[in-house]
Amino acid sequence: MERRQKHTLNSLILYLVSTVFVCKLCFRSVPEPGSWNALFWIIMLFSAINAAGKSFVQDSRSRFIYLYSVASPQAIILAKVIYNMLLMLLLTGIGFLVYIILLGSNPVQNMPLFIVNALLGSIGFSAVLTTMSAISSRTNNSFTLMAVLSFPLILPLLMTLIKISKNAIDGLDTTISYKYLLVLVGINVISGVLSYLLFPYLWKD
Amino acid sequence: MNIQKNWWKFLAIILLLYTVIMGFLGEVPAREILNETIRNLYFHVPMWFGMMTLLFISVVYGIRYLSSGKTDDDIIAREAAHAGVAMGILGLITGSLWARYTWGTWWTQDTKLNGAAITMLIYFAYFVLRGSVEDEQKKARLSAVYSIFAFVMMVVFILILPRMEDSLHPGNGGNPGFNKYDLDSKMRMVFYPAVLGWILLGVWILNVRVRITRIEEQILNDYSGMKDQIL
Repeated sequence: MERRQKHTLNSLILYLVSTVFVCKLCFRSVPEPGSWNALFWIIMLFSAINAAGKSFVQDSRSRFIYLYSVASPQAIILAKVIYNMLLMLLLTGIGFLVYIILLGSNPVQNMPLFIVNALLGSIGFSAVLTTMSAISSRTNNSFTLMAVLSFPLILPLLMTLIKISKNAIDGLDTTISYKYLLVLVGINVISGVLSYLLFPYLWKD
Repeated sequence: MNIQKNWWKFLAIILLLYTVIMGFLGEVPAREILNETIRNLYFHVPMWFGMMTLLFISVVYGIRYLSSGKTDDDIIAREAAHAGVAMGILGLITGSLWARYTWGTWWTQDTKLNGAAITMLIYFAYFVLRGSVEDEQKKARLSAVYSIFAFVMMVVFILILPRMEDSLHPGNGGNPGFNKYDLDSKMRMVFYPAVLGWILLGVWILNVRVRITRIEEQILNDYSGMKDQIL
């Protein structure tokens, strides 16, 4: 159901790479793990907002009517969330690789935890941001609004993500992070269910 | 004024008078660092109770709007958010003052403080969202959806995350909560009425604002009706 134009994906990847590059030029040296971690997630946040922001805003009027007539709102939100989740996984993966290559070192010591964290993070990002994108696409100044609406809502998620990946970087045992992972799963489930329930109200026009 | 219908407004006035008089003149236990600023307990903490009550009302009416589609529900949801944010700002100011005299700074990195700030950000975003949609029905629907989403995330943030990290705030990370032994029975006598009084005041403000908005809508409708007749 989701066939996306190729240039969108390419521009997102380019966006990500150039952001990382800007960060490298600004820092010049390898930052210490704390700021390494924070910087990484901030870059991911901005790319995610950019990526998800496109999911409804770019849809044209005619496409909207077409989708409206062929599919139920629940199917559409599920499809969009899953698509955005895959997109964000891809972006996180590429971002991480570019980040290590450009900044020159990989401080992550507990790699499995970091990957699980990134996986859960992209689900959460996708659920929250897709819904926000749906809201903001219905308004007049959609792009600014997208950021304004999303930032405060994404913060709990972001702070948990940063906490876990800090643990992963420090190489702490996975058991220590269990309660944070649990919170992360909780946030994901809540935001997923909310998007699923509330989306039909956004969809009818 | 009908006393049977408006008894809660009198109750609010009496409770708040009691709070202010007892809050400034009553005896308080002498504690280190806190000293007399402990009186702020009667003003700072109830603000958050009031804010949460109003925001909860806002969300409930948001849900009601989504299922009923009545404009009136939306008016209540909006005004409750307004009044809630006003109380939140007062809570921030009183908290900031308190922090200045006990922790020595206006603002610290603290999950509870961040939670409060994020709550404010969320509801400012809510007003921005309302401002940027012109169609009334659509505006009401979008903002109801956003406020439900936002409220749940906010509850997650301010209830769950602070429990996981240390904080200077009472009740966290080895700091005693006020309800354990800091709060003696004399302070309780003022604190609980204060909470109830501030909540009632918040609901009263909401009540007045909703009535003003209804009258405004009424006038607007009458006016456009008149214009139709004249033209």
